[in-house]
Amino acid sequence: MTYIKKPIFRHPSLPTNEIGLTYRDYEGVVSTLCAGCGHDSITASIIDACYELSLPAHKIAKLSGIGCSSKTPNYFLNNAHGFNSVHGRMPSVATGANLANRDLVYIGVSGDGDTASIGLGQYCHAIRRQLNLTYICENNGTYGLTKGQFSATNDKESKNKKGLDNPFGAIDLAIMAIELGAGFVARSFSGDKEQLVPLLKSALQYNGFSFIDVISPCVTFNNHGYSTKSYDYIREHRSLFGELDFIPEEETINTSYAEGETVTIKLHNGNDISFKKLGADHDPTDPHKVLNTLRNNRSDGKVTTGLLYVDPDKSDLHDTLNTSSKPLNSLSMNDLCPGGEELEEINNQFR
Amino acid sequence: MSSNITYNELVIKFANVNGSGSASANTFCAKSLYRMGIPISAKNIFPSNIQGLPTWYEITISESEKLARKEKVDVMVAMNAQTYASDIDEVASGGTFIYDNSIQRKFDRDDIRVIGIPIAKLCAAEYTDQRQRQLFKNIVYLGGLSLLIGIDIDVIEKLLSEQFKGKQNLFDANLKALTIGRKYVADNIEYPLDKQVRKCNRNANKIMINGNEAAALGALYGGATVASWYPITPSTSLVEAFEKHANKLRKDKDGNINAAVIQAEDELSSVGMAIGANWNGSRAFTSTSGPGVSLMGEFLGLAYFAEIPLVLFNIQRGGPSTGMPTRTQQSDILTCAYASHGDTKHILLLPSDPHECFEFGYKAFDYAEKFQTPIMVLSDLDIGMNDWVVDQFKWDDNYSHDRGKLVTSEDIEKLKSFARYRDVDGDGIPYRTIPATHPDYGSYFTRGTSHTDTGGYTENGMIHAEMLDRITKKFDTAKEYLPHPIINLNSPKSKIGIINFGSTNVALNDAMQDLTRNGIGINHLRIRAFPFSKSVVDFINDHEFVFVLEQNRDAQMKKLLISEEDLDTNKLISILNYDGMPLTANFIVNNITEIINNNKNIKAANSPPIKIV
Repeated sequence: MTYIKKPIFRHPSLPTNEIGLTYRDYEGVVSTLCAGCGHDSITASIIDACYELSLPAHKIAKLSGIGCSSKTPNYFLNNAHGFNSVHGRMPSVATGANLANRDLVYIGVSGDGDTASIGLGQYCHAIRRQLNLTYICENNGTYGLTKGQFSATNDKESKNKKGLDNPFGAIDLAIMAIELGAGFVARSFSGDKEQLVPLLKSALQYNGFSFIDVISPCVTFNNHGYSTKSYDYIREHRSLFGELDFIPEEETINTSYAEGETVTIKLHNGNDISFKKLGADHDPTDPHKVLNTLRNNRSDGKVTTGLLYVDPDKSDLHDTLNTSSKPLNSLSMNDLCPGGEELEEINNQFR
Repeated sequence: MSSNITYNELVIKFANVNGSGSASANTFCAKSLYRMGIPISAKNIFPSNIQGLPTWYEITISESEKLARKEKVDVMVAMNAQTYASDIDEVASGGTFIYDNSIQRKFDRDDIRVIGIPIAKLCAAEYTDQRQRQLFKNIVYLGGLSLLIGIDIDVIEKLLSEQFKGKQNLFDANLKALTIGRKYVADNIEYPLDKQVRKCNRNANKIMINGNEAAALGALYGGATVASWYPITPSTSLVEAFEKHANKLRKDKDGNINAAVIQAEDELSSVGMAIGANWNGSRAFTSTSGPGVSLMGEFLGLAYFAEIPLVLFNIQRGGPSTGMPTRTQQSDILTCAYASHGDTKHILLLPSDPHECFEFGYKAFDYAEKFQTPIMVLSDLDIGMNDWVVDQFKWDDNYSHDRGKLVTSEDIEKLKSFARYRDVDGDGIPYRTIPATHPDYGSYFTRGTSHTDTGGYTENGMIHAEMLDRITKKFDTAKEYLPHPIINLNSPKSKIGIINFGSTNVALNDAMQDLTRNGIGINHLRIRAFPFSKSVVDFINDHEFVFVLEQNRDAQMKKLLISEEDLDTNKLISILNYDGMPLTANFIVNNITEIINNNKNIKAANSPPIKIV
């Protein structure tokens, strides 16, 4: 249960990161999700990514909507403020929070019901605005808390646990994100930490809207033989878009890939994403080609994972709005209130 | 002409077609009268449309300060042939009907004076451009009118020169049109009219401003840094004004703005953004009207239960549903007081004019942080979109924003522990941190699900009930801090009182003068906030009969009083208006007089005021 605190026990030899924190410092309370839930694996990857990036947890804000996935911000980063808002409305709350303080890192966790149905409008508009947010959709194709209804990301004619066909087509949130101009779009699988952690690290470092669609099997309602979001199905139908490595600014040489096979993309803050090409024609900076490949793979029944698209040069919402470089929530009354003398001037404008 | 000349007591009404450029000419007229020092009120009665439908602009001129709308008009400037028939009916006996007689018409009223000015012909002769021919018609009638009623030409000229500063061509063209109108009247029409205006000096410390601009300035002075909104009449101009002033007054040394204004995709998003920004320590607001409040319902419940500050300006319009978007009402009282499902209750502020919109506009942010809850400022279309002549704004430079129980990094360092929802001080108000307050202390999880005093999820019924009770206690604490009612006990022996709120105050003040003259003594209380101050209850208990005046069908304020306070409900008598127009004094006088005359108990409770005017 979420109100049970994890015992604070630390092995003295636990390794620490650059800011002297252990992995345990990035954990949250004990998960109440079903045993084997893909969402818990994503939680673990988020903890890994934040630990490895040495992010100070209190400078992260974690926000969510409603649903199984939206419970998870409670399960990571205890020292970060969390906000479990209302169904489908995380993007607007995150937008306001980000406007108030541009210096924090914002992680938004949502699900497929929360994003692709009730929150589709807010999802689209957060992308349009290039909100500096890492938006993680924990996508299991089903409504868990209300016991197994189809969600809008469920594939047409895939079956639910009772054997009934889904009569409607699926919304592909990643394709949508690219169409709407998201700067960073990825897809991964909850069971593939090796792929997911570098993707999360890159997304968290990206200045602008980064979206990761994480296929995350629901062990209770959508992990049966007819499901297209089950562990088995995803393992069999995955099409990797390439292997990814995230390279912080100070590490200039990446030895894990042979030269000639990798594409390096420099982010605004100086960090690199190194991307190993598998298909010769995949260029993650060309949205037309990416969309084409995604659509083709989809019609072949393949789920494409990896870094799908990135535009390193997008500006974020604060640039568009021309807001002050200091966080708005740090401004004092002197900065904000024009005072009595100015009010006399204002009065004169209305005479 | 008769010698029965009166000064500064008349009603002028302009009947126009919307989209024809009349709004600026009509505003010039009102502003000129204001600058002549004459007490006025102006009402724009406009359609929910861009071009082609009837629109009216009324100016009530009254040196005796009886500034409510009147049923009858003394001077009608009828520039819309579609509405001639109803416009001429509105002219008071002895009044004047001015129309464009480029096309001659016969009107069958012999108790008024009909003046024809061939405005279209004059413009056709002067201008070749079609657009100019149309636009300058408005300035031509303003010129004619100025001579007929005696508006100071120097004042109009100065106004034009300010308006078209740096645009000499436009200034010249407008001045020419003004002169064309004046010359035609001088050469062809017996002037001035019996009802005239003349300078007096009553507006020295007054400004002419609408409530939306005033509220926007209030928000600016109140330190708002995030404004998220979705366009909706009649609230739109509030955030637009905030943005305009912020771009000028909040520019930092790098040319960036110490504020973020964002147009959301809908009202759900606009309130969500304001909540997110407040949660993260910015003062943020949204502005909307009735339909927007309905959409914001779920989020308002979240802000209430998770105790997040929020300021919401609701510029009320005619409901239900889409209703009358360009007409005024006070019909969101219950919707706002109890917005959202479950047990919710919200603080309401009820300004009565633009001056209070400014004052409540900045105080709302203090209340929101102090009580960590949504504050809804309930203005209306009449206050928000009409220009009012009100006392100029004042600012005390010793005043500082009250951030309430916002815990700093230093505070929490000393405390070393923190429970977000614990009632430490016994006033129901807990302590609050914002993200990034401290690396080790002060983080918590904000949620709309039931929570313990540390913010943890709970399904324990006792804890849930205790949480709701504490929030009620907080609500009770707020009563003594919110703006208290304005009470006028001008008939101390009378057992009759009247309660009102918001924009009905102008009409009620006028009506009180008439009632006093008729020997009816009524004490007056104007509610300025909900939850109600104790003095509201005392006032009702001290009187045998209390009228409750409001602009909605369902007696919403009366219902709110009855549901929230332990009152003898039989003594509350509703006076209700819901036709969407600003109230007239006669409406109030007639209703009250009739009720008193028809009920011997109420009649017996009447005692004339001490000073009979």
